[in-house]
Amino acid sequence: MSEILKVGIADLKTCISPNGVMTLGLGSCVGIAIRDPMNKIGGLVHIMLPDSKAITSGQHNIAKFADTGIEELVRQLERMGARRVRMVAKIAGGATMFNFQGSGSGASVAQVGNRNVEATKAKLNALRIPILAQDTGANYGRTVVFYPETGAFHIRAVGKPEKII
Amino acid sequence: MSEILEQVSETYYDVLKEIGNIGAGNAMTALSQMLQCKVDMKVPQVRLLEFSEVGELMGGEEQIMAGVFLGVEGDITGSMMFMVEEQSARHLIQKITMGMFPEGEEFEEMGLSAMQEVGNIITGAYLNSLSMMTNLSVSPSPPAVTVDMAGAILSVPAIQFGIYGDKILLIQSQFYDEVKLDGYFILIPDLESYEKILTALGVPVNLG
Repeated sequence: MSEILKVGIADLKTCISPNGVMTLGLGSCVGIAIRDPMNKIGGLVHIMLPDSKAITSGQHNIAKFADTGIEELVRQLERMGARRVRMVAKIAGGATMFNFQGSGSGASVAQVGNRNVEATKAKLNALRIPILAQDTGANYGRTVVFYPETGAFHIRAVGKPEKII
Repeated sequence: MSEILEQVSETYYDVLKEIGNIGAGNAMTALSQMLQCKVDMKVPQVRLLEFSEVGELMGGEEQIMAGVFLGVEGDITGSMMFMVEEQSARHLIQKITMGMFPEGEEFEEMGLSAMQEVGNIITGAYLNSLSMMTNLSVSPSPPAVTVDMAGAILSVPAIQFGIYGDKILLIQSQFYDEVKLDGYFILIPDLESYEKILTALGVPVNLG
């Protein structure tokens, strides 16, 4: 009997096949699923913000940021026996939830999804982890489920058929 | 600056409670005029919650909600969000469009623009109470509306609060007309505005 672990906002979890990982209602946040296809070890991180270094104050939750969150997921996967050179990633989320026409900080809040996706790609690129598929941007929320067995990344959105990338 | 919400929480709580009370009262009056019926309300609750708890409070991250998002300019700057559960949103829209919005339909343009109108009235009522209490100017930008999963809508204010900590501050208001309406109001001031709000209320602050 396989189990699906739930990943919260600014949170990460790892698992081994046949288990899976999921996160509910990704909006402007990004879900990054990474696996080692050889030993079918995988995990998912649900990041909220692009860059831990842009935040001056002491932040304890490293899963909150694209840079530190992805690093930590990779580190945990390696500790379980996954190899960096074999790792592949799929990403989803980073939506612009509101078609906001105003200016000021509201506009930058509304646009954070794009910045999260950019930061995610940059970090994966720096770690030399290829992105095999993505479902990012647009203006709707996504629930995602990831199975390290096959690498299938299931994406559900309101009023849309489920897709697998 | 890391635990800014914790630091300011006690005084800011009281302030928000007041804003919540007066704002909800104003919103109730405005809503009952718009809907042309009597609207009652419960005393609003102000809560400082972990991100995950907010989703639970609203019935789960996948609960379908309507969200109204707008920017705030003037002496106080930032943004603001109002969220209401889908069934409540439909009920409101039914009332406003006098039943012209068919049952079970997709929200589409007419539903969304009606929701925008509701959002305008409710957020305007809260902003007015904030402005009155602080004597600071507050002007809202035109609202943007969406209908989606609670978690996805909440990600927008959560990300902004995420810059300062791991919690989100919200006002929960319950209105009743023929059915119960659960509404959530989230004020997202820019960092400098916390200080302005508190200073305007005569509370000494040092957030640096």
